[in-house]
Amino acid sequence: MLVYAAMTGYVVAMVAFAISLSKSRRIETLQETAARVSAVSPAARQGGTATLADASVSTALSDGDVLGSGRRSGNIGMSVTWLATLLLGAAIICRGLSASRLPWGNMYEFSLAAGFSIAFAYCVLSLKRDLRWLGLFIVVPVLLDLGIAATILYTDSAELVPALQSYWLAIHVTAATVCVGAFTVGAALSALYLVAERAEAKVIAGEEPGRIAFLANRLPTADRLDLMAYRIHAFMFPIWTFAVISGAIWAEAAWGRYWGWDPKETWAFITWVIYAAYLHARVTVGWRGRKAAYIALAGISAILINYFVVNILIPGLHSYSGVK
Amino acid sequence: MFGITAWLRWFWRQLTSMRIALFLLFLLALASVPGSIFPQRGTAPARVSQYLREHPKSGPILDRLHLFDVFASPWFAAIYLLLFISLAGCVIPRAFEYWRELRSEPPTAPRNLSRLGVYESWRTTTSASDALAKTAVNWEAKGWRVKVGDTYVSAEKGYAREFGNLVFHLALLGLLVAVGAGSSYGFRGTVIVREGTGFANNVTQYDSFTPGRSYSATSLPPFSFSLTDFHAKYQSGGMQSGAAREFHADVLVKANPEAREVKFRIKVNEPLRVAGVTVYLVGHGYSPEFTVRDSKGKIVWQDAAIFLPQDANFTSNGVVKAPDSVPQLGFQGYFLPTVTSDFSQGPRSIFPAPDDPQVFLSAWSGDLGLDSGLPQSVYQLDTQKMKRIGIEELSPGEKWKLPRGQGVIEFTGFKQWAAFSLARDPGKGWALGFAIFAIAGLTMSLLIPRRRVWLRVAEHAEGGILCEVGGLAKTQAPGLPAEVTRLSLIVKESAPEVLSD
Repeated sequence: MLVYAAMTGYVVAMVAFAISLSKSRRIETLQETAARVSAVSPAARQGGTATLADASVSTALSDGDVLGSGRRSGNIGMSVTWLATLLLGAAIICRGLSASRLPWGNMYEFSLAAGFSIAFAYCVLSLKRDLRWLGLFIVVPVLLDLGIAATILYTDSAELVPALQSYWLAIHVTAATVCVGAFTVGAALSALYLVAERAEAKVIAGEEPGRIAFLANRLPTADRLDLMAYRIHAFMFPIWTFAVISGAIWAEAAWGRYWGWDPKETWAFITWVIYAAYLHARVTVGWRGRKAAYIALAGISAILINYFVVNILIPGLHSYSGVK
Repeated sequence: MFGITAWLRWFWRQLTSMRIALFLLFLLALASVPGSIFPQRGTAPARVSQYLREHPKSGPILDRLHLFDVFASPWFAAIYLLLFISLAGCVIPRAFEYWRELRSEPPTAPRNLSRLGVYESWRTTTSASDALAKTAVNWEAKGWRVKVGDTYVSAEKGYAREFGNLVFHLALLGLLVAVGAGSSYGFRGTVIVREGTGFANNVTQYDSFTPGRSYSATSLPPFSFSLTDFHAKYQSGGMQSGAAREFHADVLVKANPEAREVKFRIKVNEPLRVAGVTVYLVGHGYSPEFTVRDSKGKIVWQDAAIFLPQDANFTSNGVVKAPDSVPQLGFQGYFLPTVTSDFSQGPRSIFPAPDDPQVFLSAWSGDLGLDSGLPQSVYQLDTQKMKRIGIEELSPGEKWKLPRGQGVIEFTGFKQWAAFSLARDPGKGWALGFAIFAIAGLTMSLLIPRRRVWLRVAEHAEGGILCEVGGLAKTQAPGLPAEVTRLSLIVKESAPEVLSD
């Protein structure tokens, strides 16, 4: 089965990325970053909209921040990830062909699509810049997702329940799935930012960074990670808004009201509010760095709850899980 | 007196601050969580009653805290109202500021452009005034707002970013008003219609009717429709056996009493829209038909009884009440579209389509309790004053002669019924419009970069003119260096680089 082939590919990629990560080093060491950041006044570091310092940050660092002797294993990891993602895409297409419809009708299919969306987002982003250091943290969630899909969520390919037989499936569910993929990448970046920021903060304060230096030394600077996370979230937030609104338009045609506080609708709203808070936090003094990253992680948690808890445990109109 | 004004001003400034906006956003998200966990009266009133029955101690406490009605509760309303006041209090002044900004010029160039992060400089032999004038014209042609000083040109672009931001937030306000007004001036209702019968849009014919605060039942437009056929198709076999694959209800619609009848097929994603009301297919079930005769052989009841499905295979429960016989007769039991041969868990259906229909009834005789003055559910039999006289299993066409000649019940056949939800929401078009504006504004506010670029000319140490171009971005969007390079190239068209010899 193509899905198992894809999973095998991801396992290989995971190992390759792990090896690559252990061998690579960030260009600007923790000490250098600490020195540079300390030179900027604390007020400018803290908040508000971009200052001159930020302008210098974004230009001083090049895109290839993390280099090192792990280049070959990193390349292997990257190529295998592309291959595995293509295999997964083929699996989804086959599933769609066998059911003569878009393969987004139950949790098994949603999970495949979400896994593909995460991996595809990563692959596309890696075309513009070197993201081999991020590979491990993308491939592991994708593997977990596919594993859960194949073991617990699996169900035969069949027709859709009548409520899903609408062209809105292509619009609303596609938008939501694409967003889930991109937000997962954003969450991975935010989590890595927390690691890097903690290491840098310790060095600035003159303490020993400790064990997290092992990871922080193999990742880009905290500023860079924060910027990447912000850009993904900012770009995808309008699309998430569109996903929620297109869901409302579909609900009006199917259920008689465009918003009924169905549990899934409620959690989509909660997710939207959390990401809105993230965007607000990034322009608020005192909320920019670590706290904003926590909000981003809260957002992805809401998405996970919306997917696993609401679909399976909470009854409502959105119960298309297909899980018995 | 002075203290109060100052306090109010402080309070207002806090309310419209970003920190409070963040706090209220978190609170809004948190407050929505119980609305997804506890059953809500608006969508599942039966589950609320069940919860209250199963939790006699904690249930009423939760009820008093409005946890079964979160989204209509006063504390939830307080949160979003405060949030919107904070939003309005922040956005409206910003809108005035933006208006002022639009009418003012870009700022003077900083003295030392080289301190900006993005900077280019070169030597040229063109005259300073030439370079400045031509640059101003060329930059303006590229869409920048330009101000020319004696030794500099200032350019700014991306004003639409703030415009999008304002549009987005104001559209949210509009959305809130549209949602509130729409539900206030509309209504919702449900009705179960059996095949062969119809519905006229009158408040008495609804099974449940919930008007908005400002809607009167007398405003219901006088349309009607009759259900000619309901059809459902299920998947047979495979892991998803029994899952529904297709539903449709064929109706004949009259938009008003003088109109012609029009055929329409209502499906789950294709509602009937008539006279400003939308009619949705939301459920279906079976209604077995019975003929009940009394001990003298006279027909005392002949109709299709609506049985309500209890599970995914449409094991359905229902009752038949025949008050015209003496003594009164009542029957309660199951209709099973495809009966199972295994009765260890009681009568059950194993497939939702009527492949092997059976009816299981228990018969009761006595006093139905209909004259007591208390309302009764049409789906439940009050057996307090009745005695059970027998149970029987019937196939379509079979008769059951009740013991001691008390009567006969015949299972003559079955029809299907469809449940419809009717709704009118005059605000939904507005809500959609505001939502579209919101997305457009949001996209503009996040993607359009706001930038300032300056050109300074000064005397070059080796003769000629030193041109300096520097840029600053209000946000962290990528592309500032590329933009500055592009603008420098435009300057170089009229003030080309001349290396010193």
